[in-house]
Amino acid sequence: MNILISRLAQAATVALLVGAATFAMMRSLPGDAAWRIAAGRYGYDNVNTAAADAVREELGLGGHWFPAFMQWMGDLLRFDFGVSLVSGQPVIAEIGHQLGASLWLALAAIGLSLLIGPPLGILAGLRAGGWLDRGLLVVSTGVKAIPQFLMALILILILSVQLGWLPAAGYGAGRHFILPALALALGLAAVNARIARDAMASIAAMPFYQFAQWKGLSRRQVLWRHGLRNVSVPLLTYLGLQFVMLVEGVVVIESIVGWPGIGHALVHAVFARDVPMVQGTALMLGLGFVLVNALIDLAVARIDPRGAR
Amino acid sequence: MTTFANSLPLNMPLGRAMGAMVLALVAGFALLGPVLVPGDPFAQSLMKSLAGPDAGAPFGYDHLGRSLWHRLAHALRLSPAIALAAVATAGAAGLILGTLAAARGGWVERLLVILADALMALPGLLLVLIVLAIMPGTALGFWAGLSLVLWVEFFRLTRAATRATLTSPAVQASRLLGFRAAYVFRTHLWPEIAPLMLTAAAFGTATTIMGIAALGFVSVGMRAPTPELGLMMVELLPYWREAPMALLTPVLATFTLLLGLTLLAGGQKQ
Repeated sequence: MNILISRLAQAATVALLVGAATFAMMRSLPGDAAWRIAAGRYGYDNVNTAAADAVREELGLGGHWFPAFMQWMGDLLRFDFGVSLVSGQPVIAEIGHQLGASLWLALAAIGLSLLIGPPLGILAGLRAGGWLDRGLLVVSTGVKAIPQFLMALILILILSVQLGWLPAAGYGAGRHFILPALALALGLAAVNARIARDAMASIAAMPFYQFAQWKGLSRRQVLWRHGLRNVSVPLLTYLGLQFVMLVEGVVVIESIVGWPGIGHALVHAVFARDVPMVQGTALMLGLGFVLVNALIDLAVARIDPRGAR
Repeated sequence: MTTFANSLPLNMPLGRAMGAMVLALVAGFALLGPVLVPGDPFAQSLMKSLAGPDAGAPFGYDHLGRSLWHRLAHALRLSPAIALAAVATAGAAGLILGTLAAARGGWVERLLVILADALMALPGLLLVLIVLAIMPGTALGFWAGLSLVLWVEFFRLTRAATRATLTSPAVQASRLLGFRAAYVFRTHLWPEIAPLMLTAAAFGTATTIMGIAALGFVSVGMRAPTPELGLMMVELLPYWREAPMALLTPVLATFTLLLGLTLLAGGQKQ
């Protein structure tokens, strides 16, 4: 119960911060926001003072800041994000459309990373100091030093341009998933593997684990019954924290491979000063983090009841 | 976290020493490179577009005929400089606020923790993008945005370490003997916090450099003529078939820099 209350406080603060930050952004943008928005709507060649004035009138861009701020936060609390300044569509509809694409990409990346990282980490942790362990340390240190966009670049050059196996960019078919998901998954797996390895090594050294082996269970049975559940706790907790890293990765990778997701939309919204879109996407991502971590808190409490206070 | 006893050969001392060496090499190139071979990172000469190395440009030329040696050296000054400034600011803020929260407790602590938790829920690059849109000047915006993102980690570390240390018998004895807060901080708290701060600072610097490069690569970071790692990569990407070495130069430099920082951080702790 305590967990949920602190997560609720976190969610409320996130909303407040996002609201204040985007309001400040709206207010203090250098240059004439009306011109920028008009340019976003009608194209840079078709803007004139009349169009900019019309936009200023319509959006109420003049006036004192305080009533505007109260109104801004009021709208936010009612989940009324307004309409995109550029496309004129309701922000909720736009986000709902883009969130799906990003969600699938993120899920594919996490799934792939879990297939690659933890199994290697567990094998390495079972024989700490062995050749697999050392090799994994070197490889994961190297992979961690490759930024996600660079990983995407390398994969695009090797897999799609040189070998021609996968499309370099695009969206729609299943094969478009592989490259961006792999680019994200390798970075996640490098860290997953280390977490799993450390957890496995410390658990395998514990008396209860060795007792399980002495009493005659096979290695597989010991791992299955006594090892995996313990390893899953730090792995799950870390996965929740990694969510932010994943979202950042998604933002960058989507821009590179032209994925019509929330990150792509966010970068364009920042570019065009489409503040309602920035606010909506930021709020969605922040609350998503809180939700994911609340679920993980509950799951961890289920898996490992010792920590419950 | 876990036992280091059965840990690995590449671990602490050796890994850290290697990391420091790699970083010294990179810093040496960035600072001394343009001194050894004088030149201008902005001077164009379309006759030399994508040409190979010569005496005036040991790494060859980019698509506009600018010397890659000099562009790389300046790029390797820019991102680390922003990163170090942001990490220093964030580290100082995190240290002060973290100690304050742990020492005071009560509402101060609760408010700071709630603020830190909320900031942690927001993707760092998003905050940086918003601050970049508000602040004038890209380097200044990067510094402010990244400091805003990074202080949370220092705050959490300092608060956790300080809380544990403040309840220890040593500190209680020290307080009973009448020593002031400054003395307690210097003799009891700082030795606990310092090693954590080094690791966090190395990770923070790496994250920052990655972030600046990533935003440069998707063209929302530094602006065009500035030599910046991500920007150089995206500029040279269209010519990768004609001049693979030109593209590889910033790629390898970024990788080396980040590898050095990862090794310096000690690899293990997150």
